[in-house]
Amino acid sequence: MKIGKNELGKFRPIIGLLLFSVVISLLNPQFLTFSNIINVFRQTSINSIIAVGMTFVILSGGIDLSVGSVLAFSGAICASLIVAGASTFSAVVLALIVGTIVGGMTGVIISKGKVQPFIATLVTMTVLRGATLVFTDGKPVTLGNQVGVELFFKFGNASIAGIPIPILTMFIVFAFSYYILTQTRLGRYVYALGGNEVTAKLSGISVGKIKVTVYAISGLLAALAGIILTSRLSSAQPNAGMGYELDAIAAVVLGGTSLAGGMGSVLGTITGALIIGILNNALNILNVSSYYQMMVKGLVILAAVLVDRKNK
Amino acid sequence: MKKIFSVLLVGVLLLGLLVGCAPEAPQMNETETAKIGLVISTLSNPFFVTLKEGAEAKAKEIGFELIVLDSQNDPAKELANIEDLITKKVGVILVNPTDSDSVVNAIKLANDAKIPVITLDRGSNGGEVATHIASDNVAGGKMAGQYIVEQLKGKGKVVELEGIAGTSAARDRGEGFNESIKGTEITVVAKQTADFDRTKGLNVMENILQAQQEITAVFAHNDEMALGALKAIEASGREIMVVGFDATDDAVAAVKEGKMAATVAQQPDKIGSLGIEMADRVIKGEAVESFIPVDLKLVTE
Repeated sequence: MKIGKNELGKFRPIIGLLLFSVVISLLNPQFLTFSNIINVFRQTSINSIIAVGMTFVILSGGIDLSVGSVLAFSGAICASLIVAGASTFSAVVLALIVGTIVGGMTGVIISKGKVQPFIATLVTMTVLRGATLVFTDGKPVTLGNQVGVELFFKFGNASIAGIPIPILTMFIVFAFSYYILTQTRLGRYVYALGGNEVTAKLSGISVGKIKVTVYAISGLLAALAGIILTSRLSSAQPNAGMGYELDAIAAVVLGGTSLAGGMGSVLGTITGALIIGILNNALNILNVSSYYQMMVKGLVILAAVLVDRKNK
Repeated sequence: MKKIFSVLLVGVLLLGLLVGCAPEAPQMNETETAKIGLVISTLSNPFFVTLKEGAEAKAKEIGFELIVLDSQNDPAKELANIEDLITKKVGVILVNPTDSDSVVNAIKLANDAKIPVITLDRGSNGGEVATHIASDNVAGGKMAGQYIVEQLKGKGKVVELEGIAGTSAARDRGEGFNESIKGTEITVVAKQTADFDRTKGLNVMENILQAQQEITAVFAHNDEMALGALKAIEASGREIMVVGFDATDDAVAAVKEGKMAATVAQQPDKIGSLGIEMADRVIKGEAVESFIPVDLKLVTE
């Protein structure tokens, strides 16, 4: 694998994660209990899934600010379909399709419209958020006793062999993405595009199609995260997902993927997401005031990025 | 070698940050039941800050270790907060829900873990709750409504600024208010939600001022929205009476200055401290009533 500077470089985020965990468990032994670890993984699953989608986009040299809004929009669609009597399966599939299409449209705006990703996704972020508010009339869509509810509830809350389904979903998403990025032509093209767009185009890569694809993937995964969240809360909140794009980008950056594109991996992203998840969980377990929590989070990310930069 | 050093450096940095922020390590010989968790919807609303302070004072008096977590008005964060408290095996979970529907799953998780739950200020629409402590918001809404009816002599056009849709507080205050104006010649010409937020209150009121030429009074479900609406009204130069709810410091000052007509005083600190008292009773195994209303007072000067 030609990604990453050297062998140790690829594992740096994981070493950081392990060290971090050791430090926290020394400060509070409750941290390393099985139930808390499951807790952390489950809470991180949503951000991890979004962050994996974000990885595709950032690797290709772009950025996606609209993931939070896609999450909310898809969640609202899924919940509304179930309330209207749809089966769990059709509601979930339709919501995923909606997310993919919306992401794809963003990709088209960026590739055909030649709009900068930052601006394009800023626009879709606002438009979708507004659409969600219009669609839900500003009120949460709460699941009641409709047909599809019981199975849907299991999707976000039940476990298989003791492992919560959102965690399994996260691993499946990770496995697929790892495969795509390292073993397929699409993966290679994504890295090439991020490395140097002009060169990529000159070597015959269909740059426009790749762009649409990565944003569609981001939309699909954001929708999946929205569905999980809706299941966990048994309701779709019109304000769901606000600020999630920052956590996703932070996870990607912490994991060693370069914001300039062309370099990084989903393994790094999952590690980065776990670091953020552990941080959130640890600060709660250690009873740190919420005002301090935000400061600590920001400083940790800064520290990690600076250390990473120093070693490049 | 350099890379390992950098990783260690990050680790030490983090340790430093965390040690700087964390309180003393929990005593290992104190029993699990001496810990109580309080999950607040948001700490950027002075009403809830006072609620928290009331709870903290009472907890100190009784000798509980109180863990306070902020949900930042996000049900997802609220769910995570409650999960973390369950992991910490607290004796009781006091929660001030962000949304009465989406908190149900979180409360059910606490029920499964056999941790008693007490709701404060806003109720939950499901799950097992040992007791619900709140101001009698319906009575409060009526108080505000009756005051407006008296001041307007039974006739006029009124605007209602609602709180976060789905919360029992918004629902109950609205219910009380609308009941009190029934049978009078007062009509509600606009009813919009401003999410209990000052900035939204300002923006929503500005829009309503544009849309409605005749407005005699405004009833806002909380002081934050009332204060925001007040700014919009002052800027427009129109004469409109404003009644709020909560009697926060800023609102009481505004009433004293004559800018706001009245507000309904809750006792948020009492809600917080009663919550801790009930938690104590629940831990001791004593019975508690399912709903404990806390008195209100109309503040007009």
